[in-house]
Amino acid sequence: MTEPIPPTFVYEVTDVPASEGVTPWQTVGPYFHYALPYDSGPQVAGSSRPGAFTLHGCVYDAEGRPIPDSLVEIWQADESGRFVDEPGIFEAPAPDGFRGFGRCDTDADGHYAFTTVKPAGVPTENGAEQAPHIAMSVFARGMLRRVVTRVYFDDEASANASDPLLSSVEASRSATLVAASEDGGYRFDVRLQGADETVFLDVAAH
Amino acid sequence: MTDLEKAQQSADRVATVLDPAYLFPDYTSTVLRSPSKALVMPPAGLSELTGPTFGSGDVRDTDADLTVHGSGEAIGERIIVHGTVRDSYGKPVRNTLVEVWQANAAGRYIHKVDQHPAPLDPNFVGAGRCLTDEQGHYTFTTIKPGPYPWRNHTNAWRPAHIHFSLFGRAFTQRLVTQMYFPGDPLFFQDPIFNGVRDEAARKRLISSYDHSATRPEWALGYRFDIVLGGAARTPMEES
Ligand SMILES: [Fe+2]
Repeated sequence: MTEPIPPTFVYEVTDVPASEGVTPWQTVGPYFHYALPYDSGPQVAGSSRPGAFTLHGCVYDAEGRPIPDSLVEIWQADESGRFVDEPGIFEAPAPDGFRGFGRCDTDADGHYAFTTVKPAGVPTENGAEQAPHIAMSVFARGMLRRVVTRVYFDDEASANASDPLLSSVEASRSATLVAASEDGGYRFDVRLQGADETVFLDVAAH
Repeated sequence: MTDLEKAQQSADRVATVLDPAYLFPDYTSTVLRSPSKALVMPPAGLSELTGPTFGSGDVRDTDADLTVHGSGEAIGERIIVHGTVRDSYGKPVRNTLVEVWQANAAGRYIHKVDQHPAPLDPNFVGAGRCLTDEQGHYTFTTIKPGPYPWRNHTNAWRPAHIHFSLFGRAFTQRLVTQMYFPGDPLFFQDPIFNGVRDEAARKRLISSYDHSATRPEWALGYRFDIVLGGAARTPMEES
């Protein structure tokens, strides 16, 4: 924990009225745990669905320390590239079911874990093919807004090689977007800052 | 202009107005938790242009009234917080999930890491959720939260606020924010509120007192309208 800083800053408060526009972000703060996470949140797919695996990893700060109070969310298509359009996120999926959305808070070791399946590649809005990937958001105290990234898979080498996003990122950094296969699933760590900082995306301007 | 050029131009535009920025050193814990490299604009893909949808199974009616979950009355100033959720084209966003959480009237969260020596209220948890209606409108009944101290700087206090989480129609439209109250005397020293550097944009975070929503002999009304950025693939029914 960083030392408290003296109150050297005083912000001016004037009568300027609010302008029209998008509501700004604010941090999720430290106290979301009793409100946002829920028991079935990490179950994107039922655990007995064929092909179900664990997607897990840790969230790290600039000094490589795990972040124990972050929240991770994912959203993805199913194995055929279909996005769930039946309403509802709070009920657990059927044992062989699929919900598409997941939410998991990190534990004391900065660790999150989802049960899910590998999506089919879904195209861009313009119809260009993309490699299979999962959209991910990370929220935490100390982050005034979320970070957004994508989780690709290391056993999709040929699809990854022609993926528009992966091939637009410098080679030294694109590996931060690719989950590593291991026994039982894939590992995907998120590094908020530093030499091996995860590639983060701007999706607000689409 | 090609899509790539459009994307790059729009990336430039957004890079200059990212507000709040990730790094705001007055808010000490941003220093080690802020990305240092430029954001990358992905091609607009369906994973980001879609998102979960919500139905009546996601909420119970009582989830929108944070004052009725104990055996007795929650302590504090009862308030009604309501507003409309729109997208950046001004269209109402209906049937979208709104989640809220907050401290109690004494400025204390029901949360194991909240060590503020203020009383807990056994009749107030401080978490609620609802769906917007067909006009994009939401309403919560709750207790006005108290300000609370934190350790960011000497004698640091958070202005009273309610945390909001919204999904909109797509992953792109996800928003987590905080609603403040008009005239709060603590704004001058709060680096979270002031992390939004554009003053006129920052003022969008302040609700307004709404006498038309005030219910006689029951509760004061506050209005907090929300605009979600980001595009969504427009479903057929919306067009
Ligand atoms: Fe708070």
